[in-house]
Amino acid sequence: MRKAVAAPYLVWMAVFIVVPLGLIVLFAFTDSSGAFTLEHISQVGKYAGVIWRSILLAAISTVICLVLAYPLAFIISRKPENKQRTFLMLVMLPMWMNFLLRTYAWMTLLENTGLINRLLGLFGLGPFQMINTQGAVVLGMVYNYIPYMILPLYSVMVKIEPHIIEAAQDLGADSLNVLWKVLIPLSKTGIVTGITMVFVPAASTFIISKMLGGGTNLMVGDLIEMQFLGNAYNPNLGSAISLLLMVLILVCMFVMKSIDTEEEMEGMLL
Amino acid sequence: MKRLGKVYTWLIMGFLYIPIFVLIVYSFNESKSRSVFTGFTFKWYKELFSNRLILSSLGNTLLIALVSSVFSTILGTAAAIGIQAMSKKMRSLVMNITYLPIIDPEIVTGVSLMLLFVYMRTKLHIPLEMGLITLAFAHITFNLPYVILNVIPKLRQLDHSVYEAALDLGCNPAQAFTKVVIPEIMPGIISGFLMAFTYSLDDFIISYFVSGPTSQTLPVTIYSMTRKKVSPEINALSTIIFIVVLAVLMLVNLYDMRQAKKKQEKID
Repeated sequence: MRKAVAAPYLVWMAVFIVVPLGLIVLFAFTDSSGAFTLEHISQVGKYAGVIWRSILLAAISTVICLVLAYPLAFIISRKPENKQRTFLMLVMLPMWMNFLLRTYAWMTLLENTGLINRLLGLFGLGPFQMINTQGAVVLGMVYNYIPYMILPLYSVMVKIEPHIIEAAQDLGADSLNVLWKVLIPLSKTGIVTGITMVFVPAASTFIISKMLGGGTNLMVGDLIEMQFLGNAYNPNLGSAISLLLMVLILVCMFVMKSIDTEEEMEGMLL
Repeated sequence: MKRLGKVYTWLIMGFLYIPIFVLIVYSFNESKSRSVFTGFTFKWYKELFSNRLILSSLGNTLLIALVSSVFSTILGTAAAIGIQAMSKKMRSLVMNITYLPIIDPEIVTGVSLMLLFVYMRTKLHIPLEMGLITLAFAHITFNLPYVILNVIPKLRQLDHSVYEAALDLGCNPAQAFTKVVIPEIMPGIISGFLMAFTYSLDDFIISYFVSGPTSQTLPVTIYSMTRKKVSPEINALSTIIFIVVLAVLMLVNLYDMRQAKKKQEKID
């Protein structure tokens, strides 16, 4: 009887989640007249370079985020409670500003006549070409997504009792051993959640690459956008690429999940 | 070691905040330049508030956020209650589909909804132009999982005997539900609603694919402004958004601290 109250949602879910994904599959395997074809799926191979670049840049950004966020999350988790609150707020504040504005801020800084080049100019250096490079795209992703790494890491680390670290030290572990044998195993859930939360949006972004990478550093997201709203209008090819991206991401998630079977969704909700 | 930690923390904070502060400083810059500061002015703020497009898209954003979060809270809470009563197999099937919009890349959700709306219009002849209606449908769709994921844990914590006790004490099922179950799960409903509201305010990627030319939300308008390279109104807008977000976060924090203090006093 109580099951019935979910009925409106089930209808909604079918119309707005299942059918649209079904349409992506349908479009990916048909041509513009609606006949079955594998043409678009096989065309995706032509864009292997773009797909590879997206995965590579997203992976680099994820690693940088992890390396930068890990010590910070640990430091924050060891602070007194009221300070933890303040620092968490400081980490979350930029997150609540729209990512377009945050990315726009970096456009201002990285331009050839931008602030960084001007500062360097005072010392007789540069100007360096910083904007419209792959480095700028990675920087933009790290800047935008690092809070999504810090927060899940913090939420598992805050549960690690100081006694456990002290015990390891008493038993003769040096800092490196404490890190490898105590901290990393205990914070695995946070690492896995953080990696997924940074990698998925980074690999599928289309705005950051457009704003900071210029026209030359296309990513999968740009490719999809061009097929639906751009000059290259071809929703069938766009659907084929979307399908591939979705499968790639789901495989990634599955692999990450099998690394850490106890993973819960709690970190995702932050 | 401790000092090193402090330096590191502030370095990262600098990385997070310097770009934002640069934007804020340049929002008061007299010239259009993004690198030379020529003089102090409020000009860009005035221009911002007389920009029709920005004001109307702000209105759209607030409207869509409110409508979609209210609707998804009601639909999602009902869904959570129903899902909780399902058999294990059915429940895990429904939950896996529910997770999809969160797990899928946003761009895939965006284009899939765009395909749906185009398909409805061209093949099923449902007169549904891209606009506020399609935006609302899309926002409700990506908000629903957040509501459901917030309410379900509260339902799981709910002690079933409390509901039965209410029945024994003479409530009919409807009363027991509104007077016992709803108040118990209210914190989950509220956090689900707030999450839905903020995600809706902030969404760009999905809105970009389902908004029409006449009904943009603020992030979509911001995007078209950034394409024009130099538009100092963006700096002014960022400053205002930063201040609003800062104020809201501080209020929430203050409220939390008070609640914690009250609890502490009760224990003492």
